[in-house]
Amino acid sequence: MKAEVKPTQQKIKSILARYDGDPGMLVPILQDVQAEYNYLPKEALVQVGKGLGVPLSQVYSVASFFKAFSLKPRGRHLINVCLGTACHVRGAGRVIDEIKRELGIKSGETTEDLRYTLETVNCVGACALGPIVVIDGSYSGQMTGSKVKPLLESYK
Amino acid sequence: MAKKQQTSKRLNSFGALEALRKATVASRDPDKPCVTVCGGTGCHSFGSEGVSDAFKAEIKKNRLDAKVDVKVTGCHGFCEKGPLVVIKPADIFYQKVNLKDVPEIVAETVVKGRVIDRLLYTDPNTGKKITHESEVPFYQKQKRLVFGNNGLIDPTRIDDYIAVGGYAALGKALSGMTPEGVIDEVKKAGLRGRGGGGFPTGDKWQSCRDAEGEKRYVICNCDEGDPGAFMDRSLMEGNPHSVLEGMVIGAYAIGSHEGYIYVRNEYPLAVKNAQTAIEQAEEYGLLGKNILGSGFDLSVKISRGGGAFVCGESTALMASLEGKVGEPRAKYVHTSDKGLWEQPTNLNNVETWANVPLIIGNGAGWYSKIGSEGSNGTKIFSLVGKINNTGLIEVPMGITLREIIYGIGGGIPDGKKFKAVQTGGPSGGCIPESLLDLPVDFDQLDKAGSMMGSGGMIIMDEDSCMVDIARYFINFLEGESCGKCLPCREGLKRMSQILTGIAEGRGKDGDIDLLERLSATLVDCSLCALGSTAPNPVLTTLRYFRDEYEAHIKDKRCPAGVCKALITYSIDEEKCPGCGLCVKACPVEAITDMGKKKPVVLDKEKCIKCGACYDVCKLGAVIRK
Repeated sequence: MKAEVKPTQQKIKSILARYDGDPGMLVPILQDVQAEYNYLPKEALVQVGKGLGVPLSQVYSVASFFKAFSLKPRGRHLINVCLGTACHVRGAGRVIDEIKRELGIKSGETTEDLRYTLETVNCVGACALGPIVVIDGSYSGQMTGSKVKPLLESYK
Repeated sequence: MAKKQQTSKRLNSFGALEALRKATVASRDPDKPCVTVCGGTGCHSFGSEGVSDAFKAEIKKNRLDAKVDVKVTGCHGFCEKGPLVVIKPADIFYQKVNLKDVPEIVAETVVKGRVIDRLLYTDPNTGKKITHESEVPFYQKQKRLVFGNNGLIDPTRIDDYIAVGGYAALGKALSGMTPEGVIDEVKKAGLRGRGGGGFPTGDKWQSCRDAEGEKRYVICNCDEGDPGAFMDRSLMEGNPHSVLEGMVIGAYAIGSHEGYIYVRNEYPLAVKNAQTAIEQAEEYGLLGKNILGSGFDLSVKISRGGGAFVCGESTALMASLEGKVGEPRAKYVHTSDKGLWEQPTNLNNVETWANVPLIIGNGAGWYSKIGSEGSNGTKIFSLVGKINNTGLIEVPMGITLREIIYGIGGGIPDGKKFKAVQTGGPSGGCIPESLLDLPVDFDQLDKAGSMMGSGGMIIMDEDSCMVDIARYFINFLEGESCGKCLPCREGLKRMSQILTGIAEGRGKDGDIDLLERLSATLVDCSLCALGSTAPNPVLTTLRYFRDEYEAHIKDKRCPAGVCKALITYSIDEEKCPGCGLCVKACPVEAITDMGKKKPVVLDKEKCIKCGACYDVCKLGAVIRK
């Protein structure tokens, strides 16, 4: 999987070139790096800092501040549980509890076999379907605790 | 960009834009059938993309390509009934359309003009089937000025927007109004910021125009972070040109030549449609150099947010735009004086920008007649939670909560009792039933201890626990606090601990008092609005639902049956037929099948209170208390 790929200077250079090396575009640049490698490898952060002329400390502070970034490799399947208010009042808490119990991980963590990463999102804007679980970008609506196991098993 | 420009589409004057609009309208046959499929987030999640593809394939198969159009539009708002399909020009409204309905719709409705009863919306109050979109009660009680074009246009086609009169307000401003004249018009219209603060937009523009600096920036805030709110997203996805037009008019008034749209990265379609809109507007000379031949320049870039709620705050957003950590700063100096890169900067929310073309196009006099005293115009709300008609609604300011919840929203599902409506996002408050006749506008919501916020409206019924809701928001804000100032960082942590204690049965005398004291500290001492408004969910629930806190603390009881530590599950032996559904559902084998027609037995020691049995039992034989 992508997580195994080592960042090459060329890849990072081509990402920086998309933004004309504009230091103000650090956040979108890191997003593109993450899209490429599935997380933010240390070497990539060093190269981005050098390429933009921004201190590594600033790159690291931005990378660790925003929720969208991960400094650790993530699993093959990204589970995002919507914890927006509408989902919450419709029982999202019971759904995420069941996912945590089933996988034995907390939110923000990855299973040992690198199969799943569990994250939460504040709202995906599809409140009519709540509670919602998004796996690899596809939405499963009207979730309940008992639908969790079959759903997870459909992602190998 | 790689496209070769053989014939330039550039419009060099207001007249050229008008001519294009007329030519576009004339080239379109108003009687030509058009199948419009809603492509908003709600419908998309219900599978609307498959439906629109199926329509295209079916129409091709029937060799109707030349006679029938298929259009994927922006959000229609009625998410509850998605995927939505409207057949024009007859305006036939079909709801919950799935793939296998497509051939029938093409054969019957598109070709023969017959209405398929099964797919029509039934008014739950009268039991009547409704054929036309405009007659659905959900829409009838709305006033869709900003949002109305969403369902008519394909957001990826600038011609669609121009055909409905788009960019005419920009043409009017550039060709016949001075920048001061534009600001005056916005001031007279009484437009207030739709992002939450409600600050008068015209005044904000004026101070940015008057500030000293080498450059001025305009920013569109589409970092919609409030959970349960998605109107900015739908507007940016469904009608990005209206936002862009507002920005160009604003930039002209302020004297700015560089703009940014800051979009949440979780909104990929909004990013894409905004990007497409920018490219098309540049191609038409509606953005870039010498806009509409007026000599005015503006370039707009998109920046994607990194998923931090605090970045909705203006100074934090600007820090993030500079490639820094999204931390706010104290606002001794306003961003209209020193904002992005220390230059005068004007930031408005998506919906605010989209109101601007309406004001300039129709005049301040027209605009100020809509809405209520001190809150002119309309407001878009996302009506979600325990409500029959989940969706996006646009209503004139001053409408009552009751009209919204019962008139448009269709009331509470499953015959449950209404408990509260939460407005204003995490920093807003919960409003009880006794205030249902409150007119919804900036000032009235403030008085009730809540706020307008960006427009989330979450409905809660008798099964929602108000302590749990307060805890939910405080936990949310604790996680989103940037940590720069102490009252917010430590105060929210302590409040979260106290609320968790109460929810887990460890509440004690004095907890409520401590919550109130901590709240006062946060209100007075936090650096930015995130911290100073953070206690609102606690303060309003304490104000209107104190008895629920007391039940948790004194009786160790959660009246709504939500707080896990305070509830137990049991089986009602009278009602249980021993069907065994719950036995299969239980993940920890805490329920034992005792044989046919005998009630099951639940082992409370093993039970992890996940609620799986409660969810599967349709006979109400599982009791949650």
